[in-house]
Amino acid sequence: MTDLSLSNQAIAGKTAPPGEARALRLPTQWLGVTPFFIFAIMFLILPTLYLMLGAFQNDAGEFTLENIFALSQANIVAAYWISIKVSLASSLIGAFAGLAIAIAIVRGGLPNWIRSATLTFSGVASNFAGVPLAFAFIATLGRLGLVTVLLNTLVGLNLYAHGFNLLSFWGLTLTYVYFQIPLMVVIIVPAIDGLKREWGEAAATLGATQSQYWRMVVIPVLWPSFLGTVILLFANAFGAIATAYALTGSSLNIVPILLYAQIRGDVLHNAHLGYAIAFGMIFITGLANIFYIWFRTRSERWLK
Amino acid sequence: MKAGRFWAWIVFILGAAYFFIPLIATIEFSLRMRRGVYSFDAYKVVLGDSQFQTTFMYSVIVAVFTIVLGVLIVVPTAYWIRLRLPQLRPVVEFITLLPLVIPAIVIVFGYIRMYGSNSPLPFLSNNTATNALLVIGYAALALPYMYRAVDTGLRTIDVRTLTEAAQILGAGWGTIVARVILPNVLIAVLSGAFLTFAIVIGEFTMASLLNRPAFGPYLQNLVANRAYEPAALSIIAFVITWGCMSLIQVLSRFAPKSANRPN
Repeated sequence: MTDLSLSNQAIAGKTAPPGEARALRLPTQWLGVTPFFIFAIMFLILPTLYLMLGAFQNDAGEFTLENIFALSQANIVAAYWISIKVSLASSLIGAFAGLAIAIAIVRGGLPNWIRSATLTFSGVASNFAGVPLAFAFIATLGRLGLVTVLLNTLVGLNLYAHGFNLLSFWGLTLTYVYFQIPLMVVIIVPAIDGLKREWGEAAATLGATQSQYWRMVVIPVLWPSFLGTVILLFANAFGAIATAYALTGSSLNIVPILLYAQIRGDVLHNAHLGYAIAFGMIFITGLANIFYIWFRTRSERWLK
Repeated sequence: MKAGRFWAWIVFILGAAYFFIPLIATIEFSLRMRRGVYSFDAYKVVLGDSQFQTTFMYSVIVAVFTIVLGVLIVVPTAYWIRLRLPQLRPVVEFITLLPLVIPAIVIVFGYIRMYGSNSPLPFLSNNTATNALLVIGYAALALPYMYRAVDTGLRTIDVRTLTEAAQILGAGWGTIVARVILPNVLIAVLSGAFLTFAIVIGEFTMASLLNRPAFGPYLQNLVANRAYEPAALSIIAFVITWGCMSLIQVLSRFAPKSANRPN
């Protein structure tokens, strides 16, 4: 009951700002946001729609599903599969490692400077992607990388003889994790901060053990924002190209690299197939983000 | 609690190792250009390379234009949404999040097909127009960050009162936005600007597909062909990103207290 009346008041307060709802002023009202909408329509929405429509057309401009079916070519399916695997693995590893680090710096009783230093560094590292990141990993775990060489000379462990290759699924995943973990830390730390101390005290008063408190309070509250962030990380990795391209050239055929080659030189010999690939990418990241928005709205109920 | 602290240290140290070893390896590699001794030769070669200078300057100029365009689009919109059209907020927020959903490569692919030389709006027909298209594309990529930063800044000031006060003093809309609102959210705008700068400076996909002589494609080309110079450049790129982020941190100290809140 109290809830209802409160929200009614809030709505009443919102809908009646003085002297605003005059119908005559409507055109000028909208003038203020026109540049933004023109920009968004011309340079975000229309180009995307253009590709999406193109995915369902043939060269003569007729409607067809052929391009979508053509996505089932072995090399395209393989590209999608490896992209999904790398994105999923890097987002899950990044999310759990990021969560562990976030909990360690917020709740682990570490000195305060570690928390602020980690947060600053996370801001930097989450934006440190692309060619420089790829090269950093080549210098570390490439055939002549520092760690590869040190392991070989000090311990006698030859990574490459044991089947490790930086230009592979695991190599790419390990590299992506470098910007995934910090992104997780940046997003999840405020959520952990949002866990109110009173909840712990309330749980303790009711006789909950530490593990019960985590299992029945912390995890359910953090769960939506955690899952939401995993999905954001997934989309983040799925669209990334520069890192992979610098790392592997075109030897690891992930979707963005395939699309890049298609835009550059029509390697698939079918312009509309390029549109279909782009459509597939938007479909997957879009699907991921619908889940993200859904989880986000659920988690915001608690973290106000 | 003692066990908890122990594990916290373990996690922190493992994390720090993962993040610092590649940086150390890259620094070490970048110093190895002269055989047998550590030297800054790679940095000298890179910084002295005229191609580095031109591509880097090109990217800096593009970044500056991107920031200007981003501010011109975002500040009036965010202001107007707060003042007059709060019912449009979900729509605008959704649109500003689109660049996180639509990968950059797809956006630029759309540009290439829609604004080719034969289209009604032939952005790709000459250099100036293509440069403009690159700036526009980057502004689109930076939209989520810029909008969030500015909106957070606007939250901390009383938009309505400031606007009414300015109107009473006879200010028009242009004056209000440029001389009342913008100075009040300047710190938020600047942090959005530095983030934009960090994104734009090394961006590869759009610049490469639009054939622009930017820093990202130059870096890519160097990785494929050289050994030590890319290491030096990676370190330089890291330092630039670090600089941008530190400036944001410093700026946030000057911002009104509530601007530091998440959301």
